[in-house]
Amino acid sequence: MIKLDAKIPEGPIAEKWTRYKQSVNLVNPANKKKLDIIVIGTGLAGAGAASALGELGYNVKNFCFQDSPRRAHSVAAQGGINAAKNYKNDGDSIYRLFYDMIKGGDFRAREANVYRAAEVSNDVIDHYTAQGVPFARDYGGTLDNRSFGGVQVSRTFYAKGQTGQQCLLGAYSSLNRQIKLGTVKMFPRREMLELVLIDGKARGIIARNLITGELERHSAHAVVLATGGYGTIYYLSTLAVNSNASAAWKAHRKGALFANPSFVQIHPTSVPQLNDYQAKLTLMSESLRNDGRIWVPKNKDEKRHPNDIPEEERDYFLERRYPAFGNLVPRDVASRAAKERCDAGYGVGKTGLAVNLDFRDAIKKQGKKAIESKYGNLFEMYETITGSDPYDEPMKIYPAGHYTMGGLWVDYELMTTIPGLYAIGESNFSDHGANRLGACSLMQAAGDGYFILPNTISNYLAPEIKTGKIPTDGKEFGEAEKSVTDRINKLLSISGKQTVTSFHKRLGRIMWDYCGMSRNSEGLTKALKMVNELEEEFWKDVNVPGSSDEVNQEIEKAGRVADYFELAKLMITDALHRKESCGAHFREESQTPEGEAMRNDAEFAYVAAWQFNESEKTHTLHKEMLSFVEVEMKERSYK
Amino acid sequence: MKVRLKIWRQKNSKSKGAFATYDFDGVSPEMSFLEMLDALNTKLVQEGREPVAFDHDCREGICGSCGMYINGYPHSPVPGITTCHLSMRYFNDGDTITVEPWRAKTFPVIKDLMVDRSAFDKIQVAGGFISVNTGAAPDSNSIPCRKKHADEAFDSASCIGCGACVAACKNASAMLFLSAKISQLALLPQGRIEAKERVREMVSVMDELGFGNCSNTGACEAQCPKGIKLTNIARLNREYYKAF
Repeated sequence: MIKLDAKIPEGPIAEKWTRYKQSVNLVNPANKKKLDIIVIGTGLAGAGAASALGELGYNVKNFCFQDSPRRAHSVAAQGGINAAKNYKNDGDSIYRLFYDMIKGGDFRAREANVYRAAEVSNDVIDHYTAQGVPFARDYGGTLDNRSFGGVQVSRTFYAKGQTGQQCLLGAYSSLNRQIKLGTVKMFPRREMLELVLIDGKARGIIARNLITGELERHSAHAVVLATGGYGTIYYLSTLAVNSNASAAWKAHRKGALFANPSFVQIHPTSVPQLNDYQAKLTLMSESLRNDGRIWVPKNKDEKRHPNDIPEEERDYFLERRYPAFGNLVPRDVASRAAKERCDAGYGVGKTGLAVNLDFRDAIKKQGKKAIESKYGNLFEMYETITGSDPYDEPMKIYPAGHYTMGGLWVDYELMTTIPGLYAIGESNFSDHGANRLGACSLMQAAGDGYFILPNTISNYLAPEIKTGKIPTDGKEFGEAEKSVTDRINKLLSISGKQTVTSFHKRLGRIMWDYCGMSRNSEGLTKALKMVNELEEEFWKDVNVPGSSDEVNQEIEKAGRVADYFELAKLMITDALHRKESCGAHFREESQTPEGEAMRNDAEFAYVAAWQFNESEKTHTLHKEMLSFVEVEMKERSYK
Repeated sequence: MKVRLKIWRQKNSKSKGAFATYDFDGVSPEMSFLEMLDALNTKLVQEGREPVAFDHDCREGICGSCGMYINGYPHSPVPGITTCHLSMRYFNDGDTITVEPWRAKTFPVIKDLMVDRSAFDKIQVAGGFISVNTGAAPDSNSIPCRKKHADEAFDSASCIGCGACVAACKNASAMLFLSAKISQLALLPQGRIEAKERVREMVSVMDELGFGNCSNTGACEAQCPKGIKLTNIARLNREYYKAF
């Protein structure tokens, strides 16, 4: 029986991390080169960890499925990265950032971890600046900040709408430095397909070379997963189309608990679906809501062009429902409100699954020039994709799957329930509780990779200095490799009639409809049955062409979708068991008479960590109870 | 709408490739170019034929994965965008569209439209960084930088490493790519410290890898989806002369 121990250090919250570092076991510099560490993923967390561990002197092997580490999906983050610098003299502090995250996460995150994330945020910004990340600056030469995501302070550092790209390229540059120095060896175009355990410890991986198809065995004294989130389970999402959960899922099947899988953030402002072949939904930055007004027509059968609809026949539903925050309510609230209007039949566009985001009033008031200087690149992107000019007519937007707060359960040291296996960045269940605040994802991923993991991993590795090189010819590696080969062969041998993508789309649709923005018991129960049936159909009728000893993108996709069926069932199970609304998880049975989310702290103030039972293919729930000492549990209201 | 696609098919790096022609019906003008290729691949798989391999990931013009020659233009006949942002509404019913991989000795074809751009990573490994260890950074505002320079550094740093500049250049020169990184770091005070070593080592590796020299024709700038300016190459040259 697993006993969850978060290993939170003693002492006042502001001293926990310092105390931890003072007492943690260290590895002597001369011994570090005797230790191998595998890092999967090269985003802000992965590239950050790989370079920081390399700097310390460990032997690092870093893997990514893209052709270059510079392409990890952190690259696409737009808005910014938070830090508690208080450069604006507006009352910000580590405590306030911590408080905002706990409240924003709707009291479903662990206080000690969140405080630490806020604490290292300042070091992250300093490190990126020193790497040459060109953050926006003021005329005096110091860094600029903006307000982001509905908080009361300006703590967001940014590089136009490309903050993720710039931070990632900073991380990539430090990674390159370590590659040159020989401490990190880079393995691009590799996909981790199995985790290898020896005596219960994570000791290596099986990776497929995506060019030759060859299966490779890699051993290490510790394995770090920095593999991102699973938003592509909805098929259409704001994620890169190859983003997937397979590495984390393999770890889960080998014993790592998966926490809060149903906590998924739906971003309110993406370009809506335009056709059935669409492969992804492009995000339009949240910052647009600072000046754009969201509305739908008051008349259900409205046929007029949006510009011809008079003011009194427009329903600015966010301003109507949430007068205090208006268009700036948090992401989950805005998303649900848009869905509510569309479901009620007031949606716009060809499909009726869109709402207007209108800049008419802002342009009238501030002038086209001012709007262009703030959002020029976003308007251009919107026009490139849709062919419609947002200076002339409202944008059409709709919510899209964006960020997964759920992920592998980790303790304070970021170790999963498998000794020697760590999960960092979005791949862990993270510091965002049931809902993530804007500009906190880059912050947390980088903090985990640069400043937290490199300080905690030595605690585990200190006794490993006598272990010596781990051979890859033992039976554990053999069995792991065989299971990978068997599965690939099985997928190739089905020779059915339907493409992998067609299954992925159908799965995505089920998840979006029943385990997306709004959930209820009936729908979830139905979805569970549908996913089971679809999975069965997949294993009977999928068509994976070609062979395994060459570039075969269909094999890659097939393995990821096969894992998604299993994760989908766990997401639904988790959503079904959590009979409360909290953060991004909205259970229709748990709402106020006005239709707002209703949390149930008496019964659900815990992290739901699920254990996979190999024999019956079922899951067992473990609860990590959350206690709030620093922040009083309150209702999250934006009225 | 219906299009005729002439696509370069090549089994692997060792085999000789050839164009294959596909008459493809049912294309919607709302599809992106890559979604049109997805649809073609669905059809090919259903017919028991091998789908066309191509690199792609974010599909929002920022990761730099995608890239192919379309009707003789790197990325897209529409300037300033990556292939994933090209929409089928730019084509007409009945058009013939020719699709090829990047053509450059330094970017060998892996399969169909996929090429090996690892040479770009090698150039960056040679010196595209500032040597600062994690934890050693001073407070961000202790390194002030003129806003003008920070903005210019950002413009250079917005390179996505897609390789269109090399593919567009008759000399397969990587000067625009390299100069973007050199410029970014040369413009920032924290990058000046290693400026000489950086430019010497990155240029030397670029030459060893077999990229050609700049011929000042500006095809790279014209085809760059991110608007990286030729003036970066001028700055690279200045930095290079100053480095000896």
